[in-house]
Amino acid sequence: MKPLLEVRDVSLSYHTLQGETTALSHISFTLMPGEFIAIVGPSGCGKSTLLNAICGLLEIEHGSILMNQNPIGIQSRSSRIGYMLQKDHLLEWRSIYKNVLLGLEIRREVTPEKKALVDEMLSTYGLDKFKNARPSQLSGGMRQRAALIRTLALKPDLLLLDEPFSALDYQTRLNVSDDIGKILKKEHKPAILVTHDISEAISMADKVIILSKRPATLLRIVTIDLGMEERTPLASRNAPEFKSYFNLIWKELNQNA
Amino acid sequence: MPEVSSAQKKYLLRHKHEKQFVALMRLLLFAVFLLLWEISARMGWIDSFIFSSPCQIYETFITMCMDQSLFTHIGITLKETLLSFVFVVLLGIGTAVLLWTFPKLSAILEPYLVILNSLPKSALAPLLIVWLGANQRTIVVAGMSVAIFGSIISLHTGFQEVDPEKGKLIATLGGTKKDELLKIVLPSSVPLILSVMKVNIGLCLVGVIIGEFIGAKSGLGYLIIYGSQTFKLTWVLMSIVILCFIAMGLYGILGIIEKKYLRRM
Repeated sequence: MKPLLEVRDVSLSYHTLQGETTALSHISFTLMPGEFIAIVGPSGCGKSTLLNAICGLLEIEHGSILMNQNPIGIQSRSSRIGYMLQKDHLLEWRSIYKNVLLGLEIRREVTPEKKALVDEMLSTYGLDKFKNARPSQLSGGMRQRAALIRTLALKPDLLLLDEPFSALDYQTRLNVSDDIGKILKKEHKPAILVTHDISEAISMADKVIILSKRPATLLRIVTIDLGMEERTPLASRNAPEFKSYFNLIWKELNQNA
Repeated sequence: MPEVSSAQKKYLLRHKHEKQFVALMRLLLFAVFLLLWEISARMGWIDSFIFSSPCQIYETFITMCMDQSLFTHIGITLKETLLSFVFVVLLGIGTAVLLWTFPKLSAILEPYLVILNSLPKSALAPLLIVWLGANQRTIVVAGMSVAIFGSIISLHTGFQEVDPEKGKLIATLGGTKKDELLKIVLPSSVPLILSVMKVNIGLCLVGVIIGEFIGAKSGLGYLIIYGSQTFKLTWVLMSIVILCFIAMGLYGILGIIEKKYLRRM
């Protein structure tokens, strides 16, 4: 099987008048089709920078990023990569339905088929009654689901999640990550999740990539195997192996700190 | 409807009474002012030739309404104000969009905009008359000159303050700078645009009056200058009162539009 995404020896620095800051240093990993990768690391280490580079929002200075064997360029803002940001950024002046259609609108792809797809997702994920509601009338979890549908409506081949649960309170956070984990499983979406929460990473991912503090280098890749057939993020937290993975990653991060 | 407790009822009643009291006092203050003015003029405490009196103003108002000359003056001033306002809104939004789209252009123009904005625009009026002639066009330009630079600066600042993460959202959805403008910046700036408009309608009126002072043969500004030069101070005071009402009315209309929009949100 060929990898969906290949990150090869990627380095990147930020340039300001105060000087140069190296954010990423020689990062390499691959993502197979259907795989869920979590990236953990100390805050400010460059995790989001890595996602921005994969998405083509930032130009890399060294190395290459290949998606289906083709290089990702800054120009290609490709339709094949969906990106979920930390906040849901639902637009208050639009109804939920109009918010969810935003991406399709921008790409001029609001077709009856795509609309039907969106309608279906809204009802599957329990938002059909809130189609005409304003974002402020929804709970944090519902807003995050709406943001996910907005991203999925574009039918991305790969989903990037930049701490999408960090703005939620703990209980909502567990529920929403469970929700979203199930949705992604159901839609068979490969994804890369950036988080600073080790438990969240283990509960959702097939592979956990551990980054060092800035400039981020790759410390270790841990493959998560909880020996479960039907894995959901909440159930994963009860797996016997969960704790040992947690300790392993915790130690790795601490050694580096 | 849930049952309202007596304490809540009491609170609501007290609130209502306070509001009524304030409204009553406002009216009373105005009435006392008018009454004192009228009495002072009649008793000869003030020179009614210079200070006029409410009754004289009222009589002049009725006379000028009867011969319809007043409506012409009001109409012209209103027309000039609204025209310059429309141009300020269009030009202001257009220029702010241009500056937002091309940050380098805005960096180059910034000091000039600041200087033009802080310049007392009344100083420009005599120049405008000479350059553009003593006609309505000049007066509309004078009206615009007072409001335009400030509008551009506030709108541009507002556009720049829109959450950059929302711009990133547009980029991640595959959008361009144009999408960011149309889907994020402009819609989120509607409240700002409305509040800038509310300030500017008054400024346009100021500019139009300055223009009319110098180069008009009609309009309320003309009436004020003509009245003061021929010592018909009743005319001057009446025009000022009418200007008060116009300013209040225009501000009020925009206030209603703003409220309607915000409620819809």
